[in-house]
Parts: sequence; C-alpha cells; structure tokens
Amino acid sequence: MYAQMVTSDPRDETVEGQAFQARIDAGEKIEPRDWMPEGYRKTLIRQIGQHAHSEIVGQLPEGNWITRAPTLERKAILLAKVQDEAGHGLYLYCAAETLGVSRDEMTEMLLDGRMKYSSIFSYPTLTWADMGAVGWLVDGAAIMNQVPLQRTSYGPYARAMIRVCKEESFHQRQGFDIMMKMAKGTPAQKKMAQDALNRFWYPSLMMFGPSDKDSVHSAQSMAWKIKMNTNDELRQKFVDLTVPQAEYLGLTIPDPDLKWNEERGHYDYSEPDWSEFYDVLKGNGPCSVDRIETRKKAWDDGAWVREALMAHSEKQKTKVAAE
Amino acid sequence: MTTELFEYLLRLGDNSLVLGHRLSEWCGKSPILEEDIAISNTALDFIGQTQLWLGLAATVEGQGRSADDLAMLRDVWDFRNLLLVEQPNGNFGETIMRQYLFDAWHVLLLDGLTRSHHQEISAIAQKVVKEVRYHIERSRDLVIRLGDGTPVSHEKMQIALDRLWPYVGEMFDVDPVEHTLIEQGLIPDTSTLRAAFDAEVLKTFATATLTLPSSNFAHLGGKSGKRHSEHLGHLLTQMQWLQRAYPGATW
Ligand SMILES: [Fe+2]
Ligand SMILES: [Fe+2]
Repeated sequence: MYAQMVTSDPRDETVEGQAFQARIDAGEKIEPRDWMPEGYRKTLIRQIGQHAHSEIVGQLPEGNWITRAPTLERKAILLAKVQDEAGHGLYLYCAAETLGVSRDEMTEMLLDGRMKYSSIFSYPTLTWADMGAVGWLVDGAAIMNQVPLQRTSYGPYARAMIRVCKEESFHQRQGFDIMMKMAKGTPAQKKMAQDALNRFWYPSLMMFGPSDKDSVHSAQSMAWKIKMNTNDELRQKFVDLTVPQAEYLGLTIPDPDLKWNEERGHYDYSEPDWSEFYDVLKGNGPCSVDRIETRKKAWDDGAWVREALMAHSEKQKTKVAAE
Repeated sequence: MTTELFEYLLRLGDNSLVLGHRLSEWCGKSPILEEDIAISNTALDFIGQTQLWLGLAATVEGQGRSADDLAMLRDVWDFRNLLLVEQPNGNFGETIMRQYLFDAWHVLLLDGLTRSHHQEISAIAQKVVKEVRYHIERSRDLVIRLGDGTPVSHEKMQIALDRLWPYVGEMFDVDPVEHTLIEQGLIPDTSTLRAAFDAEVLKTFATATLTLPSSNFAHLGGKSGKRHSEHLGHLLTQMQWLQRAYPGATW
C-alpha cells in the first residue's frame, strides 16, 4: 500500500500499555495528548510518514504528463488530481506532526533513504494511457486500504483519511474514464491502454505488500488498529473488483492463470514477482533514483526560498516588536 | 472587425494558455508544499481562462475550430501571447517575478474588459477578474517577502526583475489591432493603464527593497506574432505532441 512493510514495535506489556490496548479494543480514538506506548507512536510515525511521502513522490509519475496532456480539459483534470495528492501529503504530514516529528525532519529522512515511499511510484509512466492506468489501478488500490483506515485508532490519521478518501474515489473514476476513451479509441490508443495495464497490473498488486505469511509486523499493527485488514484480504478484494472492470474495457489482464473460483467465490490470480518488489523497496525500482533525485533537487533548489520566507517573517516580528 | 476581434481573443487566450502551461511545469517541484498547491491552483485558473477566451475566439472565427484545436494545432507564428509569458520558469523567484509583472497588468486589463461593449467579453472578464485579483495578492506578497528576505533572495529577485523588465513594455504597446477595438469600445486602451501599473509596481518594489531598472526598453513581437522567442517552440513541442502524433483521436 502507500505504507508497505512498516516495521512495528513490540506491544507494551505494562499496566498503562494494557489500559491503552483496552481503549483501542473498545473502539476509542487515541488523540495526540493521550498517553500512548512509545512503540505505537514510533510505528505510526513510520506509517503515516511513508504514506505522506508516497503522496508527494506520487505526484511525479503523473506530473510527468501534465505538460503533454492531450486537451485543455484533460490537462486541468490531471493537474487538479496531482494537486490533490500534494494536499493529501499535507494532511498526512500534519497528522504525523501531532506525534512529535516535523515535516522537514520527515522530508530529510525521505531524501537520505531512512524513510520509504510506496513501491508503485518507482515505476515509469510512458504513455498517456498510464494516466488512466494510474488513476484506475493505483488510486483504486489505494482506496481499498484507505477506506478502512478511516476507522483507524489514531484520531488525526483517521480524520486525514476521511478527507483523502473523498478525493481518491474521484481520481479512480477519472482514471477509468481515460482508460475507457483509450480502450474504445483508435487502434494505437487501444494498444497504449493494453500496454499500460500490462505494465501496471503486477506493480499494483504489489502495493498491498507481501503475502500475510511473510508479513511479520501485521499482527501488532492490527491489534493497534493502525492496520485494519491483512494484505491478502485487500489484494483479493482489489482483484475481484478490477477484473470485471477490465472486461468491461475490453482489456486483458496479463495473467493467464486468472480465473473465477466458484468454490471460494473469488478470482484466483498469480502472485507478483516478490523479488522485484524487494528490489524496488531497496531502491532498485526503474525510477527509484530519478524520483529521489527530483525531490532532492526541488528541496535543495528551494532552500533559498524557505530561508528567505523565514528571514522575512523574523524581520516583520522585530519590526512589530520595535513599534 | 471580426479579424481584429479574433486576433485579440487569441492574445487573451494564448497568454493564459502559455502562462498556465509554464506554471504547470512546477507541479511536484516547488520549494514548499503549500506553494506547490498554490502554483497549481493558479495554473488551473489559467487553463480555465484559456478555455473561455479560446472558446470565444473559435466562435468568433466561425470556422468550426474548437478551443482545443486552437491550443494544440497552431504553430509558433500563429500564437499571439506576450513574450513575457513564454519566458522559461528559471528559479522560483523568476517565476514569481514574471507572475507579478503579468498580474499587475492583467488585473487592470480585465477590469477594463468588464466594461466592454461586447457582451461575452464583459461576462468572461467579470468572472476572471476575481481570480486575477487573488493572483496579484499572492504574487505581490511573494515578491515582497523574497525581495526583502535574505541577501541571497534579494539578489535573485533583483536579477529576475532586471531580466524580465524588458518584456513589460509589450503589454502597453497599442497596435492597429487594438486601436480598432478600442474605437469600438470593445477593449480598454492599455496605454492609459500604464500609470496605474507603474504606481503598483513602484510601491511593491520599494517595499521589497528592489530597484526598478532604469531603461524602459521593450521587446516586441509576441502578441503580434511577428517574432516570438526561441522558447515558445519548445513549449509547443511538448504541449501539442500527442495531438500532433495521433491526429483525429479523441482523448
Ligand atoms: Fe492521494
Ligand atoms: Fe489519488
């Protein structure tokens, strides 16, 4: 997901820790001023931080096509969408800041590799159809995970998710609309649409993280209600929802073993290549280096602006004080 | 009248189109997240304005072209935007300075256009001027804060002002196309707006501790289409590429 393989700290077995767990079990929301185990706080910082970074780095693959959007309307829709993602980043950084870490610190951690972003954004966007595929599949997969997170135990995170989810479903529909135009368009457009699906299908499945049996930190995060479903549950739900949509588009999901399993009431599907996933997480995705370079350049090039704005506001304060 | 009107509407539309495109190049790369969102917002306003002005241009032309056709299928010599807006983004300070100089003129122009005898022009201007009043508030504020920030930011903003000032004159240059429309009460005479523009920028630059360049030399040739800069062609190769590579497709 946008937060994948988040390392979870062990549970707190003290009296306070048990009382805390009881509050969560009772469905109470934890607020910034409440006592919380250090492990809960640290795990949440990692998770929300990674989620925020994903929104920000996630601007880049779609930003890649803003200047080449085919019509004025498409350009406006795409720009508004990428701007929404920046807004999501902002809500999430604010939520993480309530846990005692600043946005600048988190940014530094992203840029020097101490914090991660979702594997999906290390893949390139090569044709206009990718704008459709990203909205349809990537935002679609994000929704699977974010809708349940609206009920997560940490109040600021849950509230950020509520705002985010409203916009994500809009993104997903817009992406599907682009795919539809392409899939029903000229032969070249249709080819682009199929190619986009071929390239984004498995990376989208990887978004949910490794299989439950390999997901070591899930149990504690689920007890804390900062993870609401297992990776495999969400992945299955995504596949079940997406297959009929692909059929509707007349596109073929690049998985020869994909088929409806009457007994399970679900589609059977092939696992993505998990070694590729681990490579991407290690920074060996096709665009991993480019993405961080771009963010780092933006951050470094903007340093003088941030310093100037701070210096100006200091000057204003001194002026006001002198008056 | 129709020829001049069409030309003039292209000027309005192309300014928005090209400047909106330039601003959209910042998406995901701004110095601060809040600025990234704000710059995209401004770009979105300009794309919307482009649809309105080029849409009206297409109607006035009456050749069955759409706003998208005008945006995506004309070559450099048919573009009628100011040289100022096609200048590259440069650093963040240059982008903000370009924006401020444009906004300071744009808001006066649109205010004049709200009183146009042409009903659609007046209606569009009334809608757009509200956005533009907000644009200038933002760009003015940033020019002041960056001009009067650190020594480094001050120097960058002064360089930006010196670099862009020669493109200011074109905004106030009244040519035969505009003369015709002024006489018909369709557009304001921009030469009469210069004093208000000067007052606006002088005040801002004084607060920003920036020095107004002494020369009022003006590059011309953008809005007449006579001689654009080399930059516009590169912008069009990106913006128009899909429409050119796959003609006739719907997106
Ligand atoms: Fe998002
Ligand atoms: Fe989204």
